[in-house]
Amino acid sequence: MSGPVELLGVAASGLLVLVAVAVSWWVGLGLGRDLIEASLRALVQLALLGLILAAMIAPGQPLALSWLWVAVMVLFAGWTVHRRIPDVPRLWLLSMAAFAASAAVTLGVLFGAGVFPVEGRTVVPLAGLMIGNSMTATVLVTRRIMAEFKDKRLEIEARLALGQPSSQAAAPYLREALRTALIPQIETTKAVGIVFLPGMMVGLLLAGVTPVGAVQAQVVIMYLVLGSVAVTTSVIALGMRRILFTSAHQLHLPNDEAR
Amino acid sequence: MSVRAATMIRPLPTPEPDGAVFSFDRVSVRFGQSEVLHDVDLEVAGSGITAVLGSSGSGKSTLTRLCNRLLDATSGTVRLRGTDVRELDVLQLRHTVGMVFQRPTLFDGSVGDNLAATGVTDRDAHREVLGSVGLDADFLPRDSATLSGGEAQRACLARTLLMRPRVLVADEPTASLDEAAARTLEGLARRLADDGVPILWVTHDLAQVERIADRRVTLEAGRVVAVA
Repeated sequence: MSGPVELLGVAASGLLVLVAVAVSWWVGLGLGRDLIEASLRALVQLALLGLILAAMIAPGQPLALSWLWVAVMVLFAGWTVHRRIPDVPRLWLLSMAAFAASAAVTLGVLFGAGVFPVEGRTVVPLAGLMIGNSMTATVLVTRRIMAEFKDKRLEIEARLALGQPSSQAAAPYLREALRTALIPQIETTKAVGIVFLPGMMVGLLLAGVTPVGAVQAQVVIMYLVLGSVAVTTSVIALGMRRILFTSAHQLHLPNDEAR
Repeated sequence: MSVRAATMIRPLPTPEPDGAVFSFDRVSVRFGQSEVLHDVDLEVAGSGITAVLGSSGSGKSTLTRLCNRLLDATSGTVRLRGTDVRELDVLQLRHTVGMVFQRPTLFDGSVGDNLAATGVTDRDAHREVLGSVGLDADFLPRDSATLSGGEAQRACLARTLLMRPRVLVADEPTASLDEAAARTLEGLARRLADDGVPILWVTHDLAQVERIADRRVTLEAGRVVAVA
């Protein structure tokens, strides 16, 4: 056995997918095919991930390989953000810069303080967790900024017309968008342990780690996510200001030609 | 002229009451495929009120936005008292060319907060400028969201005047106001113009032009069709 769950156990858990499909059929949702497809896809992706992780963290493998994978994750996450919000120019580059900055800060603290040893088995999962959460937050904050700027275009231009530089004119609206993006993360952090048990902690408990050990690891991960989301969204906000204003402090919203 | 000299930011030009305050030299503005202003040649007088009359979509608002560089022309040159606006420091230009928008755009907070957004925080100056637009000092702590349309537009004008602009550009400032509030604003504009601040006043209301304008420019489909 390579973990707390046997292969047969994994197969048995597939029954739960069948339950979901049955519910979908019974209620008439028409999502049966999607449920099966998503479950199989996740299974294949995770199996591939397991294989790659096993190869990377095998003893004797160079650490550079792990960092290379982190770089690929940053690239892919940036592309995903761009694909979800294609109308914002240079967003791919900006989000990659944000993920890289966030990785440097959060992993720098965790590894610098010796919380985890710098090894393939820590670098890849921690970076993956950080980038995954940051990606969701990036999409949310970018959409929020675009919506806020479109909604408050007149106010922003009124500020510019008063001679405020773009940094000052944009500040209240960027702040509002950042707050909106960060509040769900803060709420999730507040509810942890009361409303829900985080997946990672459940995984550790099932793997036989003591509750105290599981809690310690979960706290570190939670703070990693919180810190990375804060750093990423701040970099995105600063970058969006550069994207949405010209050097002559003119507001330039993509696909908005209302004058 | 060297490249360095050509790109240097120039000091703001000194007012010459007899010269044109704005000159538009073959100015065109294009948004994507649609051209909103076509080859506009226009001189806006350095005193009094110049009204720009035109129907919706004629390019009036676009014309005003060129004056303080909220927008740049796609081609052609806009000059402030003879100097290309792109050669001036844009933030200083916007202090010089005050702007009032069609819809009152007060920011969240009190009227005092709105006046402080100009960078002028002196309370006496706030009281004085409010008085000049017919609002008393009791308005200073008032939440901007509680003001009527007319009061809000006057507060916006006060906010602009607090910067002591040398020119005022007003983009249909009475469009969302009732008749009485519109007349009050017209009176304020006349007083300002008489005090030496030239005004470019955009409107689609012919009767208003008759009441306040010293000169009239008519725009149609992005072209100047008449100057009177």
